[in-house]
Amino acid sequence: MTATPGGLLLVLAVLVPFVGVLAGLVLGGRNPQRVALVTLVLGLGIAVGIADAYLRSGDAVVYLLGGWAPPLGVALRADGPSVVMLLAVAVVICGIGVYACADFATPTGEPEGRAPFTFWLLLLAVWGSLNLVFVSGDLFTLYVALELMTFAGVPLVCLDGRGETLRAALRYLLYALLGSVLYLLGAVLLYGAYGTLDIALLAAQVRPEPAAWAAAALMTTGLLAKTALFPLHLWLPPAHAGAPAAASAVLSALVVKGSWFLVIRLWFDAMPAVFTFSSAQLLGALGAAAILIFSIVALRQERLKLLIAYSTLAQIGYLFLMFPLAFNIATGQLDDGGALAGGMLQAMSHATAKAAMFMAAGSIYAALGHDRIAGLAGIARAMPISVLAFALGGLALMGLLPSGAYLAKKLLLEAAGGSGQWWWEVVLQAGGVLTSSYVVLVLAYALRRAGAPVELKRSVSRIAQAAALGLAVCSLLLACAALGPVPRSLVKNPLALAELAPALLTVLGGGALAFGFGFRPPRTPGDGHVAATAGAFRRAALVAGAAFERADGVLRRWPVAATALLVVAALFGWTLAAAR
Amino acid sequence: MNVATLFGLCAVLLVGAGLYGVIVNPHPLRKILAFNIIGTGVFLLLGAIARRGAGAGFGGDPVPQALLITGIVVAFSATALAVALLLRLHEVAGSVTLASDAPPKVGPDAGSR
Repeated sequence: MTATPGGLLLVLAVLVPFVGVLAGLVLGGRNPQRVALVTLVLGLGIAVGIADAYLRSGDAVVYLLGGWAPPLGVALRADGPSVVMLLAVAVVICGIGVYACADFATPTGEPEGRAPFTFWLLLLAVWGSLNLVFVSGDLFTLYVALELMTFAGVPLVCLDGRGETLRAALRYLLYALLGSVLYLLGAVLLYGAYGTLDIALLAAQVRPEPAAWAAAALMTTGLLAKTALFPLHLWLPPAHAGAPAAASAVLSALVVKGSWFLVIRLWFDAMPAVFTFSSAQLLGALGAAAILIFSIVALRQERLKLLIAYSTLAQIGYLFLMFPLAFNIATGQLDDGGALAGGMLQAMSHATAKAAMFMAAGSIYAALGHDRIAGLAGIARAMPISVLAFALGGLALMGLLPSGAYLAKKLLLEAAGGSGQWWWEVVLQAGGVLTSSYVVLVLAYALRRAGAPVELKRSVSRIAQAAALGLAVCSLLLACAALGPVPRSLVKNPLALAELAPALLTVLGGGALAFGFGFRPPRTPGDGHVAATAGAFRRAALVAGAAFERADGVLRRWPVAATALLVVAALFGWTLAAAR
Repeated sequence: MNVATLFGLCAVLLVGAGLYGVIVNPHPLRKILAFNIIGTGVFLLLGAIARRGAGAGFGGDPVPQALLITGIVVAFSATALAVALLLRLHEVAGSVTLASDAPPKVGPDAGSR
């Protein structure tokens, strides 16, 4: 392995955000915000530079730390998926930075504010550790990057210092630590068996044997705990309930992508020979369960932030559908083709759209003083930019034209059809319908006309709202990938009936689900029970929805969730070993 | 059974004990201690691997020892962060419990959430 020109940019991508953290800490006072904004611009430039170096050389950008090549030294590598994620994260962080200028500006007249000071430093720290995740070339550096991400993300949850949020932050930290110690245990087993942790060298040496099975099962489970995939999701809803909007955007749009990217590195690059068809199906099954259960639970929420949090959990399930679809039965390995491209596109559009939705919800919450969905009537007239950002973000997530998620869905559907796995086609289409259900629900309430003009408690900065809208538009612009890397034959005629009909069916299906399962405020105060005149469908839907919600509640109890960790690890070990 | 294998088995016992402690104990401080026990088990395993990989006149393979030291530092900072959060939670809320409250169905209008 030799270094390539432009490799120093990889080091800068990690170094610049952390230098920004140190500079902000040392300068203190009002300076963290200024330092952060300067660093955001620099970092965006570095990400573009890395993309340029990659496109120019056509191969991965490599940097050898200290000039020592593996296995003696540590290498940083940026290949296609890395470059794509570096760019996406840079764009989303810039958007969040612009949005947070309003929320986290140090109040005038005070030398320093605790929350703004901490937020800007943590934002840069999260960015630096994410960049390290994307460019690392060996498993132990990835462990360090994973821990950095957790340590930077946890305090974001409890920025306002209330007991509820501190509890949520502690829960997040403890569960994430469990995940990372399982990952470390797996890495230790790999070193003991093969004598190296460098990804490229491991890929050549790893064989399907008990040490590799144990390591793969432990590491995957640990990473799934950090990504909050069903059933290891106990920390995400409480963390989002109390975190400020910008922090929620960082956590759900970016931090979970870091550990998801690590799962990709593990399955596709580090240990391709070990993973079997049944283990990929297990991962996809967990994703499908996440989509189904959390979409229904999201419909039943009364608070907008919690609805978006549960929708994040459902979308995370979507991200894992690409694993069974990428499995090439002929070679018995995961190969990077259409399914991987679809997965990356899905991740990018999810990152931008989710950040936009959280930011829009935050603006609405700041303006109204509450985030009850039932009380959103009239908000569309009072804050059109935010509602538009929310709607566009939702459209992008649904997979309607034109959006990156639409292309991602087509790529994944094509992979499913090509490998004969028709059941994933069903799941993909159902996922689209379920996603549209909660977007339709919120928009239905938001677009309702209120009796009297809505009184805004605070006026929200236009720049903040524009940042949310900008990110939502980015998610739609990802459709431009059809002009470049994605094959033309995929989108023959966007206006043909064959394309529009599924879109229409998605929206109509979503509306039906929202009507059936969605939360509706009681007509008269104190009327907590379903009126006797409710139809049979509505009653059955409510019973089913309540059952899902109860199941989610049980899974989010600590003993159950921690035991689920062990159960999932055992299941993965069994699927890896049994197929041989 | 040589020393390295014995230490490896001890590491397995420690990891198991730590996992049991994390799952069963409701008090967050005990969870943090149990996490540290799991960490100690992993580091002991690294030490056993270092001993097993001894060669070229060295007493042990230096790479796992370096990984071990890094791991100890990471676990130490994790524990420090967790304990700091715990202390602050006790200061603010008076009681320390991670009881998983179901997401509140109706948020108060005052917007304290």
